Amino acid sequence: MNSFVSDFKTRATEKAGDLRHRQVIRTALRGYEIVRDKRKAAFQSWESARQAAAVTKWEAVNHLDTHLKALVAKLEARGTKVHWASNGEQAREIIAQILRDKQARSIIKSKAMTSEEIHLNHALEKEGFTVVESDLGEFIVQLRHEPPYHIVFPSMHLTRGEIKDLFQRELGDAPSDTPEDLTMVARRVMRQKYITADVGFTGANFAIAETGMISITENEGNARLTAALPKTMITLIGIEKVLPRFADLALFLPMLATAGAGQPMTCYNTMYSGPRQPGECDGPEEWHVVLLDNRRTELLADAEQRDALHCIRCGACLNVCPIFRNVGGHTYGTTYSGPVGSVITPHLRGLQEWKHLSKASSLCGACTEACPVKIDLHHHLLQNRRNASAAEPAFFERLAFQIFGIVANEPAFWSLAKKIGWLTQPWQRLVKGSPLDPARAWTKTRDLPPQPRESFKDWWRNRQ
Amino acid sequence: MTEREKILGRIREALQTKATMPGAHEGEPSPALAGASTNQARAWLPSVGASEAEQFDLFARNAADLKADFQLLASREDLKSALTRLRDQEHWQRVASHRGEISDLACQALGLPVLLTDRGYDVQTLEQCDVGITECDALIAQTGGVLVTNRSAGGRALSVLPPHHVVLARREQLTADLPAAFALLQQKYAPDFPSMISFITGPSRTGDIERILVLGAHGPRKLTIFCV
Ligand code: SF4
Repeated sequence: MNSFVSDFKTRATEKAGDLRHRQVIRTALRGYEIVRDKRKAAFQSWESARQAAAVTKWEAVNHLDTHLKALVAKLEARGTKVHWASNGEQAREIIAQILRDKQARSIIKSKAMTSEEIHLNHALEKEGFTVVESDLGEFIVQLRHEPPYHIVFPSMHLTRGEIKDLFQRELGDAPSDTPEDLTMVARRVMRQKYITADVGFTGANFAIAETGMISITENEGNARLTAALPKTMITLIGIEKVLPRFADLALFLPMLATAGAGQPMTCYNTMYSGPRQPGECDGPEEWHVVLLDNRRTELLADAEQRDALHCIRCGACLNVCPIFRNVGGHTYGTTYSGPVGSVITPHLRGLQEWKHLSKASSLCGACTEACPVKIDLHHHLLQNRRNASAAEPAFFERLAFQIFGIVANEPAFWSLAKKIGWLTQPWQRLVKGSPLDPARAWTKTRDLPPQPRESFKDWWRNRQ
Repeated sequence: MTEREKILGRIREALQTKATMPGAHEGEPSPALAGASTNQARAWLPSVGASEAEQFDLFARNAADLKADFQLLASREDLKSALTRLRDQEHWQRVASHRGEISDLACQALGLPVLLTDRGYDVQTLEQCDVGITECDALIAQTGGVLVTNRSAGGRALSVLPPHHVVLARREQLTADLPAAFALLQQKYAPDFPSMISFITGPSRTGDIERILVLGAHGPRKLTIFCV
């Protein structure tokens, strides 16, 4: 068992039994489904919209090279500097080099899961740069030296009391534990940071090939400020984020908001097509866009699971997932958690090391149903299981099935097995779940159904 | 080989194997592409009503849900008095705005020192202002939101740095839905788009602490929309 598996199992067992944690998550997600369903119902046809979004993403991803070239040509035509990074290391180096060139000290960041993916903050801090997360949730987890708990709600696992104590300890400022007061503390701290930061760093939600734009969705206004005040702006974006047409946003923006948080629209949806242009009064003098592959092309090469690249990172599949809700976001040990994380992490970080995530699923399909771009998430989990055991078959599992095959194919063996079953099952109950039980892995948390007194075969023979 | 060529090469190679389009079945022609899917978005998004009155009504309801303050005013005189009322209520000392037909009128009516952002400005001074007054490109009935660009609304920061954002819109700027808003942007600006286009849907907000709504996370705590 590799350490990722054992860590996952330990944390999952611990979190699933942690009633307080489950209470916090339940409270945080209580309203979500209600408001989301209300917003979905406001659509004239949510299902048609999903289908259209899925087809549009399919079109984008299956012509990715064409769209990327168009995007980059448009961006460069207006003075944006575009960089290509095959992996996290290259992306980190590109970004660090820009900061060195600019002799920057402080960086203000708005939320970007891609930067978590490449462990950017850590690398920059090691080089002596000051990095401040401006999204409130990200700011909170940064103060705790923790990765985000959820791709959309980074601090949903914390209570106001914990956040108050954290602010008191780290900032020396926490007038009360009301969410208003705590938010205002962060607002005050951040204001001057925007103004004095040398570089603003953002992620992105969509890139528009037709017009050469990067679209950023946010509620707080921190990305707007990040892209307005510092002299240099850097945007890190996965290559799969492309949409073909400007007008596609008319569908994707409200769908992202609805699926992700049950909002009609997220508060700020902003499209950037360049640094400050001649005649414009503010905005960065330089804008660098870093396009990140980091094994996305490997996922692209798997035609069966290619649609996992359609993901718009709305977080809906996490919110509805019974596993996520019980084991929590940090248990996964990955940048992207929940169903979509379980699907893509084996592609991004190695199938054999991360296949256990695909087994941590009840295959209920709630994720697939929630996904606004109709990614076939729960079937992809099954495919990962299949691929993992095809590449590295488990010896005992194979042996067991071979023996089963022989027994089940030979009537004499089969009736012998039935007799043994009748004789031994009452005894199994005595040792159920204990180390003496040969079927312990299964029976520890489950009951073995009692073998019926009369088998179908006997019943058939005796029925006259 | 540059990294760009390597990545594009890997993409081309990966795309050698075809993936089936969502919803396509064997033997059936695949659904039309090239925007056909999103061109019909209007038919699936929330409905907006046909008449202008219905749409204003919808805008007002959506804005109220978002906790934005929306007032449909009969005349420019009404606008002036609404602005001065707000000035007195909130004790505005300093105003930031930009040059524009209605914004000029508003600044005159207020009679306060005004920071104009059009030709560059000092960020600290803008941060000290009590309110940012901007014009806009459109009001969107479907969402209750406002569409601004850095060209129509005095730059990137004016609509987001001061604690109160006042939007001045003209009646004819009411737009039914999001597809119409994108069409308007294309028609008005393409190919020379402003470097920032922003759909502002309600005042700045966060739910990051126990998913409880708090207004004014980093952007304005208040959003007031005056339409004349
Ligand atoms: S897989 Fe679908 S539901 Fe999950 S985050 Fe991505 S887009 Fe949202």
